[in-house]
Amino acid sequence: MAQMRYWEAIRRAHDEELAHDPMVIAMGEDIGVAGGTYKATQGLYEKYGPERIIDTPISENGYTGIGIGASFVGVKPIIEIMSVNFAWLATDQIVNTAAKVRYMSGGQLSAPIVIRSPGGTAHQLGAQHSARMEKVFMGVAGLRVVTPSNPRQAYGLLKSAVRCQDPVFINEHELMYNMKGEVPDEEYFHPLEGSEVARPGRDVTLLGYNISVHWCLQAADVLSREHGIEAEVLDLYALSPLDREGIKASVARTHKAVVVEEAEAPVGVGAEVMAILNEECFFELDAPPRRVSAANVPIPYNRTLEKAAIPNARDVVQAVLSLFPGKGRN
Amino acid sequence: MNVMPGYVREEGMGEQNTLLLSVTDKKRLLREMLYARRFEERCYEAYVERKIGGFLHLYSGQEACAHGVLEAARPGFDYVITGYRDHIHAIKCGADPREVMAELYGKETGSSRGRGGSMHIFDVKHRFMGGYALVGGPFPLAAGIAKGIKMKGGEEISICFLGDAANNQGTFHESLNMAKIWELPVLYVCENNLYGIGTRIDRSTAVLDQYKRAAAYDIPASQADGQDVEAVYAAAVKAVEHVRSGNGPYFLELKTYRYRGHSMSDSNAYRSKEEEREWLKRDPIHILRNRLIDANALTLDEFKAMDQEILDEIENEVVRFAEESPEPAVEDLEKYVLAEDDPYVRGGRV
Repeated sequence: MAQMRYWEAIRRAHDEELAHDPMVIAMGEDIGVAGGTYKATQGLYEKYGPERIIDTPISENGYTGIGIGASFVGVKPIIEIMSVNFAWLATDQIVNTAAKVRYMSGGQLSAPIVIRSPGGTAHQLGAQHSARMEKVFMGVAGLRVVTPSNPRQAYGLLKSAVRCQDPVFINEHELMYNMKGEVPDEEYFHPLEGSEVARPGRDVTLLGYNISVHWCLQAADVLSREHGIEAEVLDLYALSPLDREGIKASVARTHKAVVVEEAEAPVGVGAEVMAILNEECFFELDAPPRRVSAANVPIPYNRTLEKAAIPNARDVVQAVLSLFPGKGRN
Repeated sequence: MNVMPGYVREEGMGEQNTLLLSVTDKKRLLREMLYARRFEERCYEAYVERKIGGFLHLYSGQEACAHGVLEAARPGFDYVITGYRDHIHAIKCGADPREVMAELYGKETGSSRGRGGSMHIFDVKHRFMGGYALVGGPFPLAAGIAKGIKMKGGEEISICFLGDAANNQGTFHESLNMAKIWELPVLYVCENNLYGIGTRIDRSTAVLDQYKRAAAYDIPASQADGQDVEAVYAAAVKAVEHVRSGNGPYFLELKTYRYRGHSMSDSNAYRSKEEEREWLKRDPIHILRNRLIDANALTLDEFKAMDQEILDEIENEVVRFAEESPEPAVEDLEKYVLAEDDPYVRGGRV
């Protein structure tokens, strides 16, 4: 096992898949000569050339559509959208074409593309560069949505997404590219469905994904150390389809649940998980499940307001303590 | 001229004659266009009878466009993609008209197994890559197909048929720009029927001659009479030759007119009867028919016999097939959403 940064893991997956199959290409803004905004394609332009590492104009809907069209005839494009905020412009091609073409052609055509994009709120990037779009794409039939919380997942999810016959949206995070973690030395394909227990526990299930897994892990440490509560952290790396069985199994062990998301609550990942908890885990629950979500506001520029808008580990601790009467009333 | 196999018909391999169709080809094209007209008009009837649901956009009046261009290309070999007015493009590419009609009826035997409908005819085995219902959506898809062709080093070209109004979408500009900078083998065919849904082109579009807009991306372009299939063919031979020879994209505008409304829900209130009558005088089928009659290559009786034969064929084979075909099974509702049994979904060391 090698220690690797998140961006290095993504770069490694690109490199291996480009070497494995001459029909794999990468395309996006500044990914070639400039090496990629987050270095995910660093050095690949020199290695694979301009026909396969394609610097696109700033035309998100257009180049996404070109990637989809190429996928119709056997090309496997990995499309980088520099910031998920710009993916709004490409939703026409992602939703109207990539997600639907298999169905509306009666199985004749499919769009096996990968779209990678960093979402999330970083450091004072303002309302138009701080979007979290995973909830938009997870509601679209025909798309797979995955979101790596560590370098191992970032590597293995991209590997599987490239090989998979379905369109896959990979939700990365602006703040996670420099995170270090262990990645297997040998080639590894991460499942595109399911969930992972990031920390086992018996008292409460914390359901997170991407960056919120880390808030859950931090909160679990505090809960264990200061309150004697052992939280299980369930990493929902697959948002579509969601791992209903994994969620049910964890809640059947802990009987309490808190869902933690970086996005606003309405019509979100948390809302969908709450629906699963309500429909399928109702009689397992000892307390009403809780959501920890962002404020329902366009993300402000001001640092204090920005921090106030996005949840953190303390919010998770508070939400958990509210499920345990008599604890944490210090 | 570097003549590619497939679009040179039986007469003449010489420079001048490559732009001319033989009498045999013209008579076949006449039959194909008449078949297209009768097919579409039969769809109209079936729609009125409520056998066909949803939106229905008919091609009547524009037949010379698809037929002239694809006659100059290699249907079934070249990739073709278009918008929602797609039945005839699919058939000219090789789709079985029975399957197209069955699709309109929503049947399991339809081109898209009843999941697509009129606006989403697909016949991938004949490289008809589909009809798409977002105006302008196919522009980048066609460029992407061309990118794939270029990577694989094939002789195919990608042909995208869309209407004039699609040129006001961002995808037009984004796609033409990228097609040019990457020198992609894509032919954009603009069927300019003068209306975007119910809004006339001079009320929606700053530049009326659509071919001029390609100059913004330094893409060679031309304009032809979209009611005259021979004129379309001659223009398309040059366009196809340009693209197939590796010179990058080309833009061909065809001036045409649709007889029916934008779709069946359209009252046609936005244009005058006089205007419609004027265009009917330039009917693409009549133009070719009269030319063949004038050249003593066809008689009016032969034409009428051909028409009756087509009507019978559509009724007895096409409509009957659609009527008698089974509905899709409700148990298959969720089939085709995602790939079945893809091993990479489970991960591991595959």
